Amino acid sequence: MDRNRVQQIGFALLTLSAIAVVAPILIVIGIILVEGARAISWEFFFSMPYDGMKQGGILPAIVGTLILTVGTAVAAIPVGVAGTIYLAEYAKDTWMTRAIRLAIVNLAGIPSIVYGLFGLGMFVLFLHMGTSILAGVLTLAIMTLPVIISTSEEALRAVPMEFRTVIASLGGTRWQAIRYIVLPEALPGIITGIILGLLRAAGETAPILFTVAAFYLPRLPQSPFDQVMALPYHLYVISTQVPGMPFSVQYGTALVLLILVLSMNVAATVLRSYFRRRRQW
Amino acid sequence: MVNPKIFIEGVNYSYGDSQALRNITLEVPPRSVTVFFGPAGGGKSTLLRLINRLNDMVEDTRMTGRVLLDGKNIYDPGTNVASLRRRVGMVFALPLPLPGTVRENVTYGLKLAGHRNDGKTEEILERSLTRAALWDEIKDRLDSPANALSGGQQQRLCIARSLALEPEVLLLDEPTSGLDPISTRKVEGSLHELKKLYTIIIVPHSIQQAARVADQAAFVLMGDLIEYRPGTEIFTIPSDRRTEDYVTGRFG
Repeated sequence: MDRNRVQQIGFALLTLSAIAVVAPILIVIGIILVEGARAISWEFFFSMPYDGMKQGGILPAIVGTLILTVGTAVAAIPVGVAGTIYLAEYAKDTWMTRAIRLAIVNLAGIPSIVYGLFGLGMFVLFLHMGTSILAGVLTLAIMTLPVIISTSEEALRAVPMEFRTVIASLGGTRWQAIRYIVLPEALPGIITGIILGLLRAAGETAPILFTVAAFYLPRLPQSPFDQVMALPYHLYVISTQVPGMPFSVQYGTALVLLILVLSMNVAATVLRSYFRRRRQW
Repeated sequence: MVNPKIFIEGVNYSYGDSQALRNITLEVPPRSVTVFFGPAGGGKSTLLRLINRLNDMVEDTRMTGRVLLDGKNIYDPGTNVASLRRRVGMVFALPLPLPGTVRENVTYGLKLAGHRNDGKTEEILERSLTRAALWDEIKDRLDSPANALSGGQQQRLCIARSLALEPEVLLLDEPTSGLDPISTRKVEGSLHELKKLYTIIIVPHSIQQAARVADQAAFVLMGDLIEYRPGTEIFTIPSDRRTEDYVTGRFG
């Protein structure tokens, strides 16, 4: 066959594949946008649900998801970043560190329900935290850590070794090299890792199922030992557990979750390109 | 002979199982240019990096012997490695400006040492760049990014960055290997001025360069020091057959 012909066919196939990938996403987003928009109002965002969640808003679920996400960030970021710095910059290459790395890579791929069950056993029951924000946040943090650590370590290792050597040759300490050069250069990558991890935490249902999520709790939490409603779990509940639920409420909830996740994604992209522009090599 | 600035005494060095240096002993006189030359992989860079203890960054190495700086063993347990490295500056094969401006680069060592940015900083900035033969070219661009300079300028910037710490010794590891002939000549030219103030040890990137800059030169072959003599002799009347073969281009 004529090689131009081959190229045309190949090109058409590639285009079709691209469409096949993008189209379902666009369709899903489109339907949720159109259907969900009907439910969206001030009341939907800022009021409590009533009448078995068929009426009113989803404020407690929005607040719950925000609390869980922020809590996860607070718990996971310092430990994750500090652990990554240790692993990438200080730890010697021994069977111990290799085992730790292997564990982290594998943990990143474990199904979220396993984290949920671990959280139930460890935090809710063994540590007597009960079904609470604290237990949920810790469970989500443990699920998020491997993502943060593996992406951040990649980012740290991508900073050329030579910079560390130069700093050493100028009488700088290892920590000074990290503080002045390595961390600033790796920041865009670290932020990406953090956001990816938090996005997963914000959208997951399984880890919070047994550790924090409330079926129906039309008030805002007062302490870390309260339960909260959360968007993903709420969506699951109103879609499968409550008969006669209006479609608009379901789509509206899906839309809010989608907006939350997408806006975090956008924020991550903006932050990353901001820090990348400041980089000077 | 005057007191040596550096005395390397009976040094053996190995990375894991492979021995990089065997029983090296040599004296480096102050305020002169000493050259370590020989084929690649022979241990020149290792020998150079022993003098500012940059080899400490490599894992799984073993060393015996002593390296004396002004008569004091820099491998004594009490040695402050950071302050040793401020006394013994280093320039690498590729110009490696740090992220930031020209000014920030030159004063980076001062910042690392915890110096406050004061009136003296400007003075050090100008003096270091002048000594590195770069001041006239970039005095109007001190606040532009360092990586916007040409390769030759970047390498002289790296020299200035080392000089800003007022080192006593300057180690240069093939400093012109990435540079064009004109930049190379500028860097070599600055060495003639610098050796009046500093003890310079250089691993050259060619025999010709070695011959041009050496006051004394050490031929290092496969971890052994073959001969160490004044530059005027070693390149013209080498005493060892292996040196002669290398210098005349029969191998290497």
